[in-house]
Amino acid sequence: MTRKRRRLLALGVGLSLLGAATAMVLVAFNDNLVFFYSPSDLAAKAIGPERRIRIGGLVEQQSLERHADGRGVGFRVTDGKTDISVVYVGLLPDLFREGQGVVAEGRLRPDGVFAATSVLAKHDEKYMPPEVADALKKAGRWQEGAGPDGKTAPVPALK
Amino acid sequence: MRQSTVEKGAAMLTRFANPARFMRLSGATLPWLGGAAAGVLALGLVWSLAIAPPDYQQGETVRIMFIHVPAAWMALSVYLFVAVASAVALVSRHPLAEIAAQAAAPVGAAFTLVCLATGSLWGRPMWGAWWVWDARLTSVLVLLFLYVGYIALVNAFDDRSRGARAGSLLALVGIVNLPIIKFSVDWWNTLHQPASVVRLSGPSIALSLLMPLLVMAVGFGLLFGWLLLLRMRTLLNERKAEALRLHGQPAPPRHRPTGERGDAAMPAARPVLR
Repeated sequence: MTRKRRRLLALGVGLSLLGAATAMVLVAFNDNLVFFYSPSDLAAKAIGPERRIRIGGLVEQQSLERHADGRGVGFRVTDGKTDISVVYVGLLPDLFREGQGVVAEGRLRPDGVFAATSVLAKHDEKYMPPEVADALKKAGRWQEGAGPDGKTAPVPALK
Repeated sequence: MRQSTVEKGAAMLTRFANPARFMRLSGATLPWLGGAAAGVLALGLVWSLAIAPPDYQQGETVRIMFIHVPAAWMALSVYLFVAVASAVALVSRHPLAEIAAQAAAPVGAAFTLVCLATGSLWGRPMWGAWWVWDARLTSVLVLLFLYVGYIALVNAFDDRSRGARAGSLLALVGIVNLPIIKFSVDWWNTLHQPASVVRLSGPSIALSLLMPLLVMAVGFGLLFGWLLLLRMRTLLNERKAEALRLHGQPAPPRHRPTGERGDAAMPAARPVLR
């Protein structure tokens, strides 16, 4: 039995060390593991126009405007604290609308406007039939980022 | 000498995990398990594809979830199974644990592939991209590579027990990936949304969509159980056939006390190294 115990011990120690090493690596690389920055992250980081980055957040209500040439759009992306203007020329995903989570990839221009080369939609983790959504809206219990039971959940797309 | 509870438990496990007994019990269970899997999956498919309502924002596309999410759950659970079976194989050297891990791995790899493929098909219409390198998607791709690496490593040695040992170690090392997959959507910004079902504040998915999802999950679990028993029996039979071919008689039980190094007249074809 002692040989078996020794193997068990070696396995336990090995796995604990491996887990600790992994945790340290993940913490060290934390900043590189995010898929996008929120507008607040961006304001705090001062990233220049030479770097391609992704930003994510909600499309601000009443901020979407179509450009006169009919192809480009402009909108503001917000995380509830900070917001940033985005301009984009190209196809938008079906789920794109005001109040929806989005992730835009591009560069931050020197004038502070984000010039996106691609826009992806990020939906939240709530699923419900359309009737339920309508009933919640009619009862005035609807808010973007709320669960199907009407209780508030964290705003989607944000940390 | 006093026998500890651990030793008693191990003795009981050994009794149930006796290969001959396993063949008998699994043979009796197999048809029931297969029938149950087929029945539950049929019910789940009809429910999720025809009866369940569409989603308020994703419409009919949400039906991909009923395959994607159970496949993802199984991809993780089967990996955990492979890792635990590998640990038992390494520590107690029981042949059935090794067989269980090796039988489960290709099934888990298939579930992972289904998860990635359906996720890609879902991502294109909803997000606008087939694939993005966010933490969730990337860590699941790593899971697929771990499965494939395990299968390749196990089969890379002429000496089967060395292959099994190397594979078991890889399976155990890869277990660090499981919490990374699960919590990637909480720890970092990802395009993939956070968990809808397994989360602290309860499911954020309406009951009419949750029920068929859970039925499908049970169906996937039964399917795995059936495939696992089927593959374990096949692997055991294969080894029996191989032993017959090599020695003209079934192999003696491999679970021998250490020190007894096998018949000296036996050629090196049947390795005794552990």
